[in-house]
Amino acid sequence: MLTRRNPAAKLVAALLVAVALAPVVDPVTPGVVLAAVAVLLPFAGIPARAALVLLPPLLLAAGSVAVVNLLYGDAGPMAALGLGVRLAAIALPCVLAVLTSDPTETADALVQRLKVPERPALGVLAALRLVPLLAEQWRMLTLARRARGLEAGGRPAAAVRLFAGKVFALLVRAVRTGTQLAAAMDARGFGTGPRTHARSSVWTWADTALLAATAAVLAAAYVLSLWLGAWRPLFA
Amino acid sequence: MSADALQGARVDLIGWGWRYAGRDAWSLRGVDLSVAPGERVLLLGPSGAGKSTLLHALAGLTGPDAAVTGESEGELLLDGAPARRGRGGAALVGQDPQAQLVMARAGDDAAFGPENLGVPPEEIGPRVRAALADVGFPYGTDRSTAALSGGEQQRLAIAGALAMRPRLLLLDEPTANLDPAGAALVRGVVADLAARSGATLVLVEHRVAEAVGLVDRVVVLEPGGGVAADGPPERVFASRGADLAARGVWVPGREPEAPRGHGRPGEALIEARALRALEPRGPGVPSRGRRAVLDGVEADVRASAVTVLTGPNGAGKSTLLGLLGGLARPDGGRVRPAGALAGADRRDLGRWPARRLAGRVGTVFQHAEDQFVTGSVRDELEFAPLRAGLGARRAGAWAAELMGRLRLEGLADAHPFTLSGGEKRRLSVATALSAGPEHAPDVLLLDEPTFGQDAVTWAELAQLLHGLRHEGRAVVAATHDERLLDGFADAELRLAAGERGDPC
Repeated sequence: MLTRRNPAAKLVAALLVAVALAPVVDPVTPGVVLAAVAVLLPFAGIPARAALVLLPPLLLAAGSVAVVNLLYGDAGPMAALGLGVRLAAIALPCVLAVLTSDPTETADALVQRLKVPERPALGVLAALRLVPLLAEQWRMLTLARRARGLEAGGRPAAAVRLFAGKVFALLVRAVRTGTQLAAAMDARGFGTGPRTHARSSVWTWADTALLAATAAVLAAAYVLSLWLGAWRPLFA
Repeated sequence: MSADALQGARVDLIGWGWRYAGRDAWSLRGVDLSVAPGERVLLLGPSGAGKSTLLHALAGLTGPDAAVTGESEGELLLDGAPARRGRGGAALVGQDPQAQLVMARAGDDAAFGPENLGVPPEEIGPRVRAALADVGFPYGTDRSTAALSGGEQQRLAIAGALAMRPRLLLLDEPTANLDPAGAALVRGVVADLAARSGATLVLVEHRVAEAVGLVDRVVVLEPGGGVAADGPPERVFASRGADLAARGVWVPGREPEAPRGHGRPGEALIEARALRALEPRGPGVPSRGRRAVLDGVEADVRASAVTVLTGPNGAGKSTLLGLLGGLARPDGGRVRPAGALAGADRRDLGRWPARRLAGRVGTVFQHAEDQFVTGSVRDELEFAPLRAGLGARRAGAWAAELMGRLRLEGLADAHPFTLSGGEKRRLSVATALSAGPEHAPDVLLLDEPTFGQDAVTWAELAQLLHGLRHEGRAVVAATHDERLLDGFADAELRLAAGERGDPC
């Protein structure tokens, strides 16, 4: 199950894929990676519903990249297909890493395993808690504008002005909430010295195996693509 | 080891003062105060007296580049040493539960303070469990902090402070943002701590009557000055009670009362039938199978009457207010104008154009800032009249009249966001009144209008609503305020949590 792996292992694996595939534009190399990820997908431990919501936009994005390059690019149909497959092969592991990781465990892993500084890691984690709050505030701002007699009523210029006003008001609220949260973190002694960790981010042999398997798939993709003579670098 | 074993800190302020960055005036000056270990002190004073500032300073959060920036003078000592945040033995709990919690799970949140203090990991677990037990936290450590009610969140915030084993516990209006049930929960915890803990306790609380039993000393601060009165509660209230009450402090036995006398409910202006509303779409909410916030609610809003919406947090009072005010459309059922209001437009209120709606039905939001759309108090009040086609001169005169009625003179050029809490509330009511024909809308809906207001603003708001009712307008208020319900409301619509509401 991918949900049980250390988030640091998943993020590093996704990063390896991105680094390895970024300089390649043929369809075979990313195709092998994509096939491997697709085989893994049913075992990722994500709810079928989340997969159904997320996969169509991803496929749409990959498809449109391919189509646009086919129509307007000058590298030919194989390169266009390659660009589309490459996008899907890079994006899918990232999406899986995020979907199968708990935010708190991710922050723990970033700090304890990848030695990311505490302040940004915990700051982002705390800010994540505020996202639903901001959505609610946006809704209230919309209602409040109507109460004041303001609504776009199908006029684009009015809609833009209204939107800008709401963004400003939301920004003021967000900055204030963020400042309060930062003060609350300070009040609890954040940043006064070295921290200890109540939860430890455990790294097991399975996490090492995940990285090794990723490297193996990438190597296999390169070998197969070179052997078929399909391999093409980005700048050639 | 639990809260019992804590040893209180000693607090000494000698000629202490504080000035916010960019301000000329001192918020506090010449404060001389000593608090003995284990003493329990209630800080009082009119709004703007620097009570919160003093708590933040004791927590070590003030300074040239601290959370609260500005400069200080004199000395502020905890056990003889300058206050240092976190490591000085002081812990602060603020008023907004949403902004107190840092982590996604309850146990992780309570562990956050000890982690920051470098407590060895094997000691953190026992500390967290003890702190959660001390506040009577009813769930396990895995409980999502987002799923807690306001009162539960605030109890968790107190547990987070206790887990740091503070010798000085600072509470800044811990019940200010809570409904009566949540406030009672937190008060119980504070009373329990005050009785058992050895920690020194400094409390700011504007519901004075409820806090007085928890403390053995009251200190009154003077805006821009030092300590105006200091002593046991009964002595301070006997000598300074009248003065404090006149300046807006809720002094026990001297609270303002709502105007007596009921309205004579007239014709219905808004009729709501078989209302159903689902929880709003948003991140983390499934697009199908959204929970019903309201189901089968019936309501009549009558002229010349004050109708109150009551019920616990989460019962859908704000949602119902938005539907009755025509700001949103229900997911089932109808909200129809009736009587004089139907003369303006016969369509359901949710389908009215915004401008027509604003002229007839005014809504005052709980967060006053949400409804400000311009950069000054005067523009805010002239906004609707000018759009309604009133000339600049008449709009100016009308704005001036509203500023007079709601005590906003002298603030005409101030930015609405820079006003004090009471001023913002009065301005938001004034803007809702500004849009109507004959100088006020037919219906005024208010969401928790008296929440967190000082006693003077409270009395003014009650008088204003009384006056609007007398003029024949319909007033609807979602409220928890017992004082407003008692002897003032003409009709009550009580919503039960997540169930159907029955008019009574």
